[in-house]
Amino acid sequence: MELLTVNHLTKHFGGVKAVDGVSFAVEPGEIIGLIGPNGAGKTTCFNLISGLIPPTGGEVSLQGESLGTLAPYYRARRGLARTFQNIQLFSGMTVLENVLTGCHQRQEVGGLRALWPGAKARRAEARAEELARELLELVGLAEKGDFPADALAYGEQRRLEIARALAQEPQLLMLDEPAAGLNSRETEDLMTLLTQLRERGITLLIIEHDMTLIMGLCHRVVVLDHGQVIAVGPPATIRRDPRVIEAYLGRED
Amino acid sequence: MSAYLLHLAILGGIYVILAISLNLIIGYAGQVSLGHAAFFGIGAYVSALTSLHLNFPFPLAALSAILFSGGCGFLLGLPTLRLKEDYLAIVTLGFGVIVDLVFLNLEITGGPDGLAGIAPPRILGVSFRAPGMYLLLVLLAVILTLILTYRLVNSYHGRALRAIRDHEVTAQVMGINTPAYKVAIFTLAAALAGMAGSLYAHYITFINPESFGLHTSILALCMVVLGGMGSIAGAVVGALALTVLPEMLRQFKAYQDLIYGGLLVALLIWRPEGLLGKGKLSLKFISRE
Repeated sequence: MELLTVNHLTKHFGGVKAVDGVSFAVEPGEIIGLIGPNGAGKTTCFNLISGLIPPTGGEVSLQGESLGTLAPYYRARRGLARTFQNIQLFSGMTVLENVLTGCHQRQEVGGLRALWPGAKARRAEARAEELARELLELVGLAEKGDFPADALAYGEQRRLEIARALAQEPQLLMLDEPAAGLNSRETEDLMTLLTQLRERGITLLIIEHDMTLIMGLCHRVVVLDHGQVIAVGPPATIRRDPRVIEAYLGRED
Repeated sequence: MSAYLLHLAILGGIYVILAISLNLIIGYAGQVSLGHAAFFGIGAYVSALTSLHLNFPFPLAALSAILFSGGCGFLLGLPTLRLKEDYLAIVTLGFGVIVDLVFLNLEITGGPDGLAGIAPPRILGVSFRAPGMYLLLVLLAVILTLILTYRLVNSYHGRALRAIRDHEVTAQVMGINTPAYKVAIFTLAAALAGMAGSLYAHYITFINPESFGLHTSILALCMVVLGGMGSIAGAVVGALALTVLPEMLRQFKAYQDLIYGGLLVALLIWRPEGLLGKGKLSLKFISRE
């Protein structure tokens, strides 16, 4: 069964059709690239899928169940995690605390019992911390757990945001331009990290302008232009598709 | 300890509880509240009225105050789900003014005359009328508040609150039920303020609307900002400092308020994060980017 199904998803802002009848599906374990020129509606798609804005029409299903108008925090519990194009870290927290926030939805000792002094709550917190440190190790920030989040370099902040999303142990991880603003060295590190995630069988939906990254990583690519899907297919096919070339470069007259 | 120092210690303790409760809303959850004295007042009046008219013993009167204030906090918490920053500031400010006017105009609250003859506490036959005994009672309440809030802010709930303060949308994406947390923290903060109000009423034994108006809300806000937002120790220091400081400035007579105001301004210029705080006072709703 498909992990994520996007069915005729539509979002109008006044007269602007930001997303206009978009349909695509993501299989478990797949890496899907979502590309298109600026203003094509990619981030709006992400916001619709994660429930930050209500759609004008259409629906999003996760594992065959429609998400309807479910609030973002319930969608997160169903297995959706995402990062943001402009990094959104909790700046008043340490690096480790940021990742621990990702463990929020899986607290074993919930509700008021978390306030009760006891070994159980401490053990649960220790386990969460262990997972968080593993993830920091994975993204290469193991040494910086106690740094304030806003003291990290830009590229490190991007990786921290990915670690925080991974702490949610999501079914589907959506990355919104993870390579934006990174230098070539940092992009290479990111590529290595994403390849590791692919090997772990994590399903990824990636918005990205860096074509090397998209071509090297994705199983399939969905191309958006003016809010509509203009092509879907493996990267090799997509790069030769005349409609895609036209969307990016304009028509030759 | 002299009677005067005991009096200051008791008032200081009561304000410590008030400041800690407000810091939960402002410093941890990152919400604005300019009407916190209303909960202090609701606690004081509920406690006074239940003991005057229903002959409730002190523990029961205090419990009524806590529950009733908490309930009001829950109701005020609901609009916070849709309001932010300046709008929330106006709603909470309005709430404080309305509650103050209710105290002033209801017959049962005694109007501007207030309520007199509130019985000093007596628990299991032990009288807490003597200031030394009352200080013990207040200290007990302070310690309970400290334990509860320390456990709260150091649990994953505290982390969720700080996430909401830093980035509400991102907090939602992380699976944090932000509406539930916001209402819960308003409820808890109001309940604690209600407890402080109850302690105040049974100590002073006379209350009128003057003690619970806007200036008390602002005083509580100053305590939080001075001590440091997002720090419980900061709220304690801020509350004690602003209880003692006006007394120390008494010797300067006419210049008292001038020096008091000057010190606050100077502190905010040179140490905007407060004495022990980490975050600065957010004036986002004044200076929009």
